[in-house]
Amino acid sequence: MIEMKSVSKWYGATQVLNDCSVKINKGEVVVVCGPSGSGKSTLIKTINALEPIQKGEIWVDGIAVHDRATNLPKMRSRVGMVFQHFELFPHLSVADNLTIAQVKVLGRRKDEAKKRGLQMLERVGLIEHQHKFPGQLSGGQQQRVAIARALSMDPIIMLFDEPTSALDPEMVGEVLDVMVGLASEGMTMMVVTHEMGFARKVSNRVIFMDVGGRILEDTTKDEFFGNIEDRQPRTREFLNKILQY
Amino acid sequence: MTYWQDVWDRWQFLWEDRGDGVTYFQWMISAWGYTVAVAATSLVIALVFGILIGTLRTISGHRVISAFAAAWVELFRNIPILVQLFIWFFVISELVPGMKSLPGFVLACCALGFFTSARIAEQIRAGIQALPAGQRNAGLAVGFTQFQTYRYVILPQTFRIIIPPLTSEAMNIVKNSSVAFAVSIPELISFAMQTQEETSRGIEVYLAATLLYALTALIVNQVMSFLERRTRIPGLTPQAQGAH
Amino acid sequence: MSTLDFSFYTWANISNYLISGLYFSVSLTIAATIGGIALGTIIALMRLSNIKPLEYVATWYVNVFRSVPLVMVLLWFFLLVPSGFYDLFPGETGQKYRAEICALITFIVFEAAFFSEIVRAGIQSLPRGQMNAGQALGMTYGQNMRYIILPQAIRNMLPVFLTQTIVLFQDTSLVYAIGAYDILKGFEIMGNTFGRRIETYLLAAVVYFAISFTLSMLVKSLNQKIRIVR
Repeated sequence: MIEMKSVSKWYGATQVLNDCSVKINKGEVVVVCGPSGSGKSTLIKTINALEPIQKGEIWVDGIAVHDRATNLPKMRSRVGMVFQHFELFPHLSVADNLTIAQVKVLGRRKDEAKKRGLQMLERVGLIEHQHKFPGQLSGGQQQRVAIARALSMDPIIMLFDEPTSALDPEMVGEVLDVMVGLASEGMTMMVVTHEMGFARKVSNRVIFMDVGGRILEDTTKDEFFGNIEDRQPRTREFLNKILQY
Repeated sequence: MTYWQDVWDRWQFLWEDRGDGVTYFQWMISAWGYTVAVAATSLVIALVFGILIGTLRTISGHRVISAFAAAWVELFRNIPILVQLFIWFFVISELVPGMKSLPGFVLACCALGFFTSARIAEQIRAGIQALPAGQRNAGLAVGFTQFQTYRYVILPQTFRIIIPPLTSEAMNIVKNSSVAFAVSIPELISFAMQTQEETSRGIEVYLAATLLYALTALIVNQVMSFLERRTRIPGLTPQAQGAH
Repeated sequence: MSTLDFSFYTWANISNYLISGLYFSVSLTIAATIGGIALGTIIALMRLSNIKPLEYVATWYVNVFRSVPLVMVLLWFFLLVPSGFYDLFPGETGQKYRAEICALITFIVFEAAFFSEIVRAGIQSLPRGQMNAGQALGMTYGQNMRYIILPQAIRNMLPVFLTQTIVLFQDTSLVYAIGAYDILKGFEIMGNTFGRRIETYLLAAVVYFAISFTLSMLVKSLNQKIRIVR
């Protein structure tokens, strides 16, 4: 479904992605982790071309993302994305946040879009907040609305860019619950996160990135967490640090 | 008693005939109308071009476009409004075919509108740049084109941020409309200067004109704060906007 | 369409018509900036004084001059400054340069309202902790102002002062309303004398642009330098 081939990216002279190759099949849940500055957020943003790449190829469901001629808005409308800082549109009500792209991008009728949007809002458990504005919701609620917004577009894959790292600790659970539910229904997901509990519970594969934008590990969840001795030294160091407490 | 009688008498010139069947009071009201009309028309021109140019300045990756927008801003804000007014009246209208037949009112509004467009463009640019970068990405990620991202995500939020600076710009445009006296638009300053000469009631005439300017400023202020209240978003304070 | 002809811009004509006008525009800008900052600082200190009558007067001063066009204020002063005032100047100077003297007074008074807002913002923008830190080190109020507060406040205000000076320079063209002889007046008289208004107004625009643009580039680079220091 997604294939990245030898992707490299530079900001000026600094290389932020170094020869990254990843393949994600339909229905897989892939967790990307690594220390800050390892390029994991950049990696996930290259998939829907929010970050352009200088070398390599990226294919999403047969569409060449790296190709300048590709209709990017059309491709992006099929890829759901959830941001670290939610990025709901603060000037629009929750209901309008859920429908605006369905109407303006997918060309759905208003009532149809609203029906679909509210369905998704129901699913993240926030139907009673449909008339509120994002600023009136808690961080956890905003992130769940953001997930519902992405789902209303009927995406073929969902990208999560550190979806819980801007949240107060007591709100992390409600967002992870929604994500676990999605995974169990067979949604294809790529998740940048430090939540190793989530990775253990639902992921199929774990990718570990290191400073300089290199992929050090790309292995099954059982292998990643089960055979810590077989991991690269950098991975072990990282895991020891974040699993210590 | 005699003092107030005297004050009362000094204002009687307002009801005198100017010599062509129009009283000074009627002339003053019409002059005020001109001030408001010049300011309002110029504001529309300034908003249209200001929003366009300010938006173009934030589009990355198009060198020619952003250089053009930057040049626009520098050109119109580094030449005094009075000089720009003379350029429209005595240079552009002479050199550009067809401009000569345009009424002075239109030329004055062009001058004031283009002058102010540079300042509004800068405010729009600052407003757009004050938004979190993630908003643009979020717009693109749901599949909006660059144009749609501006139309539905960035500009609606920008307008709310820039209402306060826009208020002072609207007040400036009223004040700046006073330069139109120099090209014989019959607005408040023209009225004040000529009536002062004809009636020798300088203090009263200037006081009346000054109060009308103050009244106009007050009205502009009220309209803008009404607009601000109407467009306020629940849960979003102006301070919190643009900050994470 | 007429062809442009700039040949009448000879050195003799330029020095006859333009130099004294330019001299007045520049002197007015400098004098009004210095006078405006001095008066503006007093008004700002009045507003921050916590003495109600002073605050009240200062607030009114600022609000009145900010809601009335400069042209209107020029007309007021031209009307109200008594003739006897101009006689205070030696010989014929006062009566000969009435409009110019009146312009100078108006500009200082008018621009003071705008400079006072800049000064007020500059002082208020400093974190209260800075004053406390100075006091904690045993400094007097005067030492605190001299070594801690003012150096920072001035650094904050300097670019804004300069920006306001550019605005002020452009505003000097409005002395047209009372007939003072500035650079624009010089161009106008020259244009009428030689029947070349197009060429004179074009060059007037170029001169104003060159001066304002250069100054604003200076402000920009100054801003960057200050930012690095911080």
